[in-house]
Amino acid sequence: MLNVLRDLLKYDGRFRVAALFLLLTLLLAALSWVSPQPPNKTYLVPPDVAPSLAYPFGTNSRGQDLLWWMAFAVRNSLMLGVITAIVSRVIAIFVGMIAGYRGGTIDRLLMSLNDSFVVLPVLPILILLSFLLQGQLSLVALALLLGLFGWPWDARLIRAQVLSLKERSFTRTALYSGTAPLQLTLREHLPFVLPVVFATTINNMLWSIGMEVTLSVLGLADVTVPTIGTTIFWANQHQALVAGIWWWLAAPILVAVLLFLGLYLLFSSVNEFIDPRTRLRRIGA
Amino acid sequence: MRKFVLSYLIPRIGQYLLVIFLGVTLTFVIPRLSPNDPVEQQVSQLMMSGSQVSPEAIEHMRVALTEMYGLAGSPWEQYWAFWGRLLRGDLGPSLSSFPTPVNQLLATAMPWTFGLLIPSIVISWVVGNILGAIASYYENNRVIQVVDVVSQAVRPIPYYIMALVLLAVFSYWIPIFPFSGAYPPGARVEFSLSFVLTVLYHSLLPLLSLVLIGIGGWFIGMKSLTSNIIAEDYVVYAENTGLPRRQILTQYIMRNAMLPQITGLALQLGMLFSGALIMEVVFGYPGMGTLTFQAVMANDYTLIMGITLLSIVGVATTVLILDLIYPLFDPRVRIQ
Repeated sequence: MLNVLRDLLKYDGRFRVAALFLLLTLLLAALSWVSPQPPNKTYLVPPDVAPSLAYPFGTNSRGQDLLWWMAFAVRNSLMLGVITAIVSRVIAIFVGMIAGYRGGTIDRLLMSLNDSFVVLPVLPILILLSFLLQGQLSLVALALLLGLFGWPWDARLIRAQVLSLKERSFTRTALYSGTAPLQLTLREHLPFVLPVVFATTINNMLWSIGMEVTLSVLGLADVTVPTIGTTIFWANQHQALVAGIWWWLAAPILVAVLLFLGLYLLFSSVNEFIDPRTRLRRIGA
Repeated sequence: MRKFVLSYLIPRIGQYLLVIFLGVTLTFVIPRLSPNDPVEQQVSQLMMSGSQVSPEAIEHMRVALTEMYGLAGSPWEQYWAFWGRLLRGDLGPSLSSFPTPVNQLLATAMPWTFGLLIPSIVISWVVGNILGAIASYYENNRVIQVVDVVSQAVRPIPYYIMALVLLAVFSYWIPIFPFSGAYPPGARVEFSLSFVLTVLYHSLLPLLSLVLIGIGGWFIGMKSLTSNIIAEDYVVYAENTGLPRRQILTQYIMRNAMLPQITGLALQLGMLFSGALIMEVVFGYPGMGTLTFQAVMANDYTLIMGITLLSIVGVATTVLILDLIYPLFDPRVRIQ
């Protein structure tokens, strides 16, 4: 594992940038544990102060220091991403592996269900859902909900992987020597599937954190919880751009860009690393 | 031909019906899981707003609402009634601009959304694919390397943030584009040259944000597709026969890489549509996204419901159309 990290740092510029960006965001998130200011209190500092040494991100019209607020925001957004990723990973692995391994009618049924979920426009459905639950949708509930919609792309990838594994000779050897199908999938196939799962996890986090931004900006999430999206929601509520308090929007945008670029570059770097052909070309072995 | 119908056409149409069935069923089930009693909530809200509505109209609305929420009769009866209304194209009256039918509001908003969405998809798909193919074939070109870096940087940014940045930079910091809307407030909507030009000018920035993210995505996809095709034997053979590089690129490489990108377009339509909705909210563009935003602000349940149903049917139908014209591009499907 350490060797892999060292290789990636050494040979892949994208991975270096990703590591730097993600380290910065994680550092910011870690600050939330030592924050002197709770995020639910307002008018703790003078409002509308531009970024300065005392307030690196400035303060907002609600009298909150944006540095500490953003620390909580990025921590919560990351938490949402992780929960969504875990939920949708479980569904994706389950659907993908069953469809790939069993084949036939079950495969066809699961995949048409899968493709329907891919095609469905998720945003209007989520808007309807969160609209009806207005105010009662906690961050964790939203994360779980997003998880229920975020699996189909990855289930298809996992299925493809299992389909090719099924044709390998070790699968046949295992079957002829009496391994039970469940054990075969868990012990023999899952390890091959996990790298794909890891890569798609990052992609899924990008999707869910972006969705949270959208729903929060519409005021459909719990706006008292600081996230990247709710920061923008409050800035819009106070018409920050028109009032000239640009730093209220700049802070979440800067943090979002760092987080999204970091995650995406990590995703594409890991994705290429998993594919042995491109890895060899890069390292030149 | 018979085989084509059986093994291509019928499964596609079946898939289409399944998507619609699932989507409509979801929209039917979701409100029933809500812990609130939406009908009374809406009625009391309307009464509280103090508008002059006759008691008959309120009773009519209560009936319409009960039906729209699927709360009249047994669950099965409700479900059938729901489908019945849907198939008749009756989405009920809007609650915030009662008694204007939801249909009418949607019909006004839809052309704006499509007017923005279709050009943006076509432009970004074509440009992104051409650039992506060139990028992997002429790896050492400087311009292409810059495009590559920009695509990677733009691709993961969520639509909302992208739009916000462009709006802040080009309407606020360097004010060369209008702040919001598709035409100046108070302008008469008409079909004249000057009005069309104003609309184009107002649409440029929303279009640009959609196109930028779109190009990034298609570029990256095409680049990785073509970089695999370049190593294929038939490309190497074509190069050895001394065919012009441009011909190899367009007829050997792009022709083959295009097919998965068409399928990709069909699969991503739902996402692209969602992206356009968000974009409209940021730019105050008078399409379905802004309508959704207004509906949320005004607590207009029937309108949100109508938008959701129309989005599902609209996206699914477009995917079906793409599936149906796909054989024109892929001879293997046609002849099999």
